[in-house]
Amino acid sequence: MAVIQIVFILVAVVTIISAGMVVSVRSMVHAALWLVLALLGVAALFALLQVRFFPVVQVLVYIGAIATLIIVAVMLTRQVMQDVGSQLNSNWWLAAFVSVTLFIGMVWALSNWPGMMTTTRAVPPGGEDIVAFGKALTDPAGFVIPFEVASVLLLGALIGAIFLATERKEKQG
Amino acid sequence: MNFLYDPVGFLAEWLRGLLSTWGIPDVWITFMLFLVGAGLLATGAMVLVVFLIWGERKVIGRVQDRFGPNRVGPWGIFQTFADLLKIFTKEYITPTGVDIVSYNLAPILAVASVLMVWAVIPFSITFYGTDFNAAVLYIMAVGSIGEVGVVMAGWGSNNKYAMLAAFRAVAQLISYEVPMVLSLVLPVMFAGSMSLVGIVQSQPVWNIFLAPLGAIVFLISSIAEVGRAPFDLTESESELVAGFNIEYSGLKFGMFYVADFLHAFTISLLFATFFLGGWQGPGAAQFPFLGFVYYVLKTGCVYFLTVLMRAALPRFRIDQMMDLNWKFLTPLSLVLVMLSALVYKILPKNMVFLQVIVMVVLNVLVYVVADWLLNYYEKRNPRPAVVNELRPMARFPYAVAQSSSVSKKAREG
Repeated sequence: MAVIQIVFILVAVVTIISAGMVVSVRSMVHAALWLVLALLGVAALFALLQVRFFPVVQVLVYIGAIATLIIVAVMLTRQVMQDVGSQLNSNWWLAAFVSVTLFIGMVWALSNWPGMMTTTRAVPPGGEDIVAFGKALTDPAGFVIPFEVASVLLLGALIGAIFLATERKEKQG
Repeated sequence: MNFLYDPVGFLAEWLRGLLSTWGIPDVWITFMLFLVGAGLLATGAMVLVVFLIWGERKVIGRVQDRFGPNRVGPWGIFQTFADLLKIFTKEYITPTGVDIVSYNLAPILAVASVLMVWAVIPFSITFYGTDFNAAVLYIMAVGSIGEVGVVMAGWGSNNKYAMLAAFRAVAQLISYEVPMVLSLVLPVMFAGSMSLVGIVQSQPVWNIFLAPLGAIVFLISSIAEVGRAPFDLTESESELVAGFNIEYSGLKFGMFYVADFLHAFTISLLFATFFLGGWQGPGAAQFPFLGFVYYVLKTGCVYFLTVLMRAALPRFRIDQMMDLNWKFLTPLSLVLVMLSALVYKILPKNMVFLQVIVMVVLNVLVYVVADWLLNYYEKRNPRPAVVNELRPMARFPYAVAQSSSVSKKAREG
């Protein structure tokens, strides 16, 4: 077993364990900090594939946002940011059934997909070509429509959040 | 003579040759060289902080008409060592109810997030940690790890003041990232590359001549990222006890202190890289050591400027700080990026002099328009005063009249 495989397994185990801790710890802030570790693990997986751009973007976008997430969690939860009571409700078996079925279905669908077994192209030694990536995002033959749709979606979410957060003055008067 | 031209490259080659005669495989030699280099760079940065603190206290002392530290050693240069010894031997006080992991991890993250930036900085043509095509993004990403450290310190301390201060600090850090990233788009655009080595190599003409306004926006927003005066309202030592690091003592506090000074120096390094041509200068390509000297000189000038700003400018109020960011710097840098991209694309690539003239004129125009708009807005919506109405005793003629009447009474009585 090569060194890189051992590193991969270590990183994967840490990522999965911390992802599990995100949903199981009781303190909101601890959950957010475990989320930092899980997202760092994903960035490390990208780095193991020898790309340079995506791990950096992963850290910039997600871990940068975690600080904000923690603040929102602290502000919105009651008492000492610790929820009390059971973490499960009476429908837990239904949720478990749906998610396990979904997981099996996804694995089955992906294993039938012909692209599943193709090996990825090796990244050239200077790192991947960011210019080609940028051009693909703005090329009509490339990904410009998904890119713009995603931007419009985010803009809509932003405006919606501002609309919800603003106090409307005519109602007060 | 090779050693004098390029000491770092020479030593690395020598070490590589030595290790390969011992029969170590090439992969491990590269790994060990990177390990040694990272250790030396980090240690050098931490040792540098000792002298930065001394230099800064000396300069600020002169600005405030004092001597600064002058007792321990010649010119007080060993003062920081005495402080170091004191802070090393101080007691660690851990308050009850702290979140033990995040409380102890926060100072480490604060220093690490600054030191990680040094990995991509090109100190000379041969002397840099690593070079990759997303280095500019990497610098911003590493900075966001520092924000997580601030939140962990604030929340882990089990102190409401620490937590409130951490909220304010993170609001400031996240807000000022926006104009910082936007102003960094300009050097990336001129170089056509996001690697710092590429950006330095594309600057026979310094970027500050192509984007003077972008350089100013970057300087302001990076000072705000560091949280120094005039943006030091997270610390505000004359108003609050301290910021998010209020519950830290001993070396844990010392790490925040070191991170603060090191960050201030790092932004000067980055400013010199992005806008002042990095190690570029006459003869720097032939003699890498000369490039290193140029780089240190440029960085020193920028650092001196930031220290002078710290000494000279009063602190912003939080609403003024947010207004400066969201109502001035962010729109300004957005407009600047769009106009610069358009004009730079139109200009012929081989006429450098024309490029510089047109870009400077463009920047001046953008600044004049922005200034006019600000004044116009300020006149229409004057900033509400938050000062209380003057108390009668404090008013000048009244106070004089009263004091004279008091003295008259005293004479009569």
